[in-house]
Amino acid sequence: MKYASQKVAYWFFASAILLLSLQIVYGFIMGFAHLGYDGWHSVIPFNTARAVHTNLLVVWILLGFMGSAYYIIPEEAQHELVSVKLAYIQLISFLAVGVTAIVGYHLNYWEGRKFLEIPRPLDWLVVINVLTFLGIILATLYKGKKRTTTSLVMTMGLVFAALLYLPGMIWFDNQTMDSFFRWWVVHLWVEGVWELIMGGILAFLLIKLTGVDREVIEKWLYVIVGLTFLSGILGTGHHYYYIGVGKIWLIVGGIFSMLEPLAFLAMALFAVGMYRKGEKKHPNKLALYWTLGTAILSFVGAGLLGMAHTLPQVNMYTHGTLVTAMHGHLAFWGAYGMIVFSFITFAMPNLTGRKLYDTAIGQLAYWLTNVGMIGMTIAFGVAGVAQVYLERKVGLEFGAVQQEIEVHFFILILTASMFATGILLFIYEFFRFGKPNNEAIGIEE
Amino acid sequence: MLSKSQARTFFLGGTIVTFAIFLGLSWNSLSNDVPKQTNPQNLTDQVIRGKHLWESNNCMGCHTIFGEGAYYAPELTKVFERRGEGYMKAVLTSKQPWAPRGRKMVAYGFTDEEASDLIKFFKWIGEVDLNGFPPKPDVKR
Repeated sequence: MKYASQKVAYWFFASAILLLSLQIVYGFIMGFAHLGYDGWHSVIPFNTARAVHTNLLVVWILLGFMGSAYYIIPEEAQHELVSVKLAYIQLISFLAVGVTAIVGYHLNYWEGRKFLEIPRPLDWLVVINVLTFLGIILATLYKGKKRTTTSLVMTMGLVFAALLYLPGMIWFDNQTMDSFFRWWVVHLWVEGVWELIMGGILAFLLIKLTGVDREVIEKWLYVIVGLTFLSGILGTGHHYYYIGVGKIWLIVGGIFSMLEPLAFLAMALFAVGMYRKGEKKHPNKLALYWTLGTAILSFVGAGLLGMAHTLPQVNMYTHGTLVTAMHGHLAFWGAYGMIVFSFITFAMPNLTGRKLYDTAIGQLAYWLTNVGMIGMTIAFGVAGVAQVYLERKVGLEFGAVQQEIEVHFFILILTASMFATGILLFIYEFFRFGKPNNEAIGIEE
Repeated sequence: MLSKSQARTFFLGGTIVTFAIFLGLSWNSLSNDVPKQTNPQNLTDQVIRGKHLWESNNCMGCHTIFGEGAYYAPELTKVFERRGEGYMKAVLTSKQPWAPRGRKMVAYGFTDEEASDLIKFFKWIGEVDLNGFPPKPDVKR
């Protein structure tokens, strides 16, 4: 790396991991509430905790993507970001909107639509903010010397993500229409364009870490994002089974969402394959761990566990139960949480000049977070399957079933504590690197 | 072996074709299925006010309708049929926290008018044809 403007990425990463730790706090509030300890109810009722938990997730992942883009694009385009000042303004205003929204959720100010709870006036601020971000990225690419496939795929993902935010801002009187277009945002983000961003970041990391020829890696990047859209766009149908639209979606959604794991399988095979093929052994071992980890766990969490309940015959019973929470946790962590962590782990030594490539704390953070999250997924899965049978098959009343499955939330909190410890260690390591500086980047002052 | 430009063609071609099919199917759903399955003629002002209340209080943060939302409190798609108007009104207007089996709901203390808007919303929701969801329990005891 040799571009001074890449340093801005550091502040996006720092904000991202701090918001992640806040997200975990709200997760614990919900976990304890499920266990029967809802002491916070009068201040932070469950619906507040839930909105904060999921919105912080989206905000910190987006911050991670933006930070990665601010690092990757100058290097790929061989040109400084067109305006570093604007990038800082964009970060601060993004955080300000996020914090306002979260404070609002504590005051019953929201638009209670799952994942899109941000009230409409703030939506417009998000739009302006994201346009600023895209402006900086696109202008840099335009002025740059090179437009590589990696940077184009990533930018394409970011542009589409911004466009797809808009259908979520339309008011519908009809709940079916509301839900229909809400999934254009939520599904086409996480099972569509976010995978482009992830693929772009993964390709960049593999080029740097394995030393395999760019042409080979970028060819497979096309195959992966091709599989993503081929399956993911029509896979949206799995959200349309039971919302009041036709039965054609049972067939279309069923078939295409069964194909969705292929993109993640390709990503896993691709990452492991390139690692084996690569002759250069990059000293940043932890970054390699995270990169291979995200490729594999995203296949398990997003691919396999999604496939497990995506057929209409299964989904009829599992839809709207804790089975969804099982899939959701490992999917978001494995695919999007871990790719951001991979990039942070890769970028920090380059930004700061401290070569903490393979530390004991870094290793411990890696294993605690991943084993902890797999444990949480199992706890959710057991609770979810029990709920499906007792409530949907046997017909016990909701509350009675919740009491039966309460015990699994004890395991959830235990494994979540492991995960949280890992995150704290990761944050500790992050700050041990210190601040980014020009000397590390290799620029003469 | 596959070349880079073939891979790019696969990506662009696949994306354009599937997206075109997706738009076509969506158009069909919105123009044919929605009028047939959701009874839009019954979307009265009261139902719409109920939907506003449902959203502005983030009921989806605990409950689900059409199976969408959070998993802390019961599915409400068929709540009108299951509980009836009197029970629902009592819960919605209660100034004391409603806490069946110890799990608390925020005491919204809705007015009679707001409560009946919400009840009309749930009645409309319950009448939407959801291709068989929620399933009837089928294990014989």
